Amino acid sequence: MQITSKAIFPGINLSEKAKKIIFEDAQKTYPHECCGFFFGKQIEGRRQITEVLVVDNSVQENRARRFEITALDYMRAERKAIEEDLDLLGVYHSHPDHPAIPSSHDLAVALPFFSYVIVSVQKGEVNHWRSWQLDEGGLFAEEKERHNK
Amino acid sequence: MRKFTENNASFDSTGNTVQAALADLVGTYDLLGKQLLNEEGKLRSFLKVYVGDEDIKALDGVDTALKEDTVLSIIPAIAGG
Repeated sequence: MQITSKAIFPGINLSEKAKKIIFEDAQKTYPHECCGFFFGKQIEGRRQITEVLVVDNSVQENRARRFEITALDYMRAERKAIEEDLDLLGVYHSHPDHPAIPSSHDLAVALPFFSYVIVSVQKGEVNHWRSWQLDEGGLFAEEKERHNK
Repeated sequence: MRKFTENNASFDSTGNTVQAALADLVGTYDLLGKQLLNEEGKLRSFLKVYVGDEDIKALDGVDTALKEDTVLSIIPAIAGG
């Protein structure tokens, strides 16, 4: 099953603060999957991520391989975006002991527009992260990390 | 969804039920209709509608009555693995 494509997106930049919050959540939640939202601004297509909202993984079974976010937490994220005049740009989650590549399940439930940051946690330590977004054909294309000039 | 609503995050409706408010919304932003509703005109399965902090499934579904200041939220399922 094809999950990824070679489509090109302008890129994403996670602030050091955002990375710290996401990585700490990923390590703290290991061996289960963590999840949350991130916020920022899109400038000339490039996404600048400055804020993070950590939420609970609400799935009850197979928490090492699945995550779900409740509707109430989604509403909290929308409210935060409005209150702080930021855009809700995506969702992060971790892949415990697996690479930061979207699974077929990730693809099946993905939404357009959102960036999906995946953090690979190996033996409890963050190993690497990658960001993905659905392309026009409904496959995940990588959104490369672009550092600010 | 905002690319289908001229980038508006909220919409004021005078509809007095969830059904009427949704019809009002997709009547205003017709491209949004295909995103929210299936071929039968029903809300797509990955979306939930909340009235305040309550899922309309726990109320009267799309027949749930709305007051003038009620906030209705359309929420996509966020999940993965």
